[in-house]
Amino acid sequence: MENMAPLEILMVEDDPADVELTEEALQDSKLLTRLHVVEDGIEAMEYLLMKGKYAHACRPDLIILDLNLPRKNGREVLQELKRDKSLKSIPVVVLSTSNAEEDILRSYNLGANCFITKPVGLEQFAKVVESIDSFWFTVVKLPPRPKEGDHTTRPEDD
Amino acid sequence: MKTLRPIDVLLVEDDPGDVELTRETIEASKIVVNLHVVEDGLQALAYLRKQANYADAVTPDLIFLDLNIPGKDGRQVLEELKHDETLRTIPVVVLTTSDSDEDIMRSYSLGANCYVTKPTGLDQFIKVVESIESFWFTLVKLPTRIP
Repeated sequence: MENMAPLEILMVEDDPADVELTEEALQDSKLLTRLHVVEDGIEAMEYLLMKGKYAHACRPDLIILDLNLPRKNGREVLQELKRDKSLKSIPVVVLSTSNAEEDILRSYNLGANCFITKPVGLEQFAKVVESIDSFWFTVVKLPPRPKEGDHTTRPEDD
Repeated sequence: MKTLRPIDVLLVEDDPGDVELTRETIEASKIVVNLHVVEDGLQALAYLRKQANYADAVTPDLIFLDLNIPGKDGRQVLEELKHDETLRTIPVVVLTTSDSDEDIMRSYSLGANCYVTKPTGLDQFIKVVESIESFWFTLVKLPTRIP
């Protein structure tokens, strides 16, 4: 129906098993998605700000963010990107093992679009990824992609 | 595993047809939902701030917000509540007929948790409400309710 361009997902996740499961679940989906993976918070910000080796990274349509990450944790990433004028509109799905009320409340307070606790069990995990995929990519209207070329015009701030 | 208490939803919607359809769909679901309805933006903020007639209002777990509403439009309501330290954690699902890129972009920038366009056609509308319900009420962890 809509454009044929794949939906770009940035997954910020340091657990290779969760990455693998997510990849598999997305491959089974009817929707064409492209999963980009970074393993810590610093890489995530570099990717989003298109710094260093990520100079040609494409702006994701959705971010799946773990909270407990090496170097810079997910809460800091969330705070930074939701304060950035150009990045704040990208929906962020927090996907964390945490079930703590404090983490949930704080994530929403920092601007997370939704908070999902990683279920235990492979099948349950795959179901969660499928639900994210079908809700965010078929029911929800995602923010429009920047016009062709816009992503290269981000001011160099380093 | 699931909480037994009902989920409270504040629906900010001036179209009685859409209110009715949302109510019917929600009542047909397995989840117990209390739907509170206000018809314009001023009432929405009064409800959320427990002002005037709404002193005993229940703070909702989730807000469904139409954009084009009388009194104060949905964009302003969104902006005010996402700037309010206590109300900002309540997830807001924008549910509107608007399909414009500008409305979509602006809503996300103002802090909407997700943006859904109302489909035309009853069956499609019901499906959309069901999808919102199953995603937000069963999959997502909602914040602990503010007293």
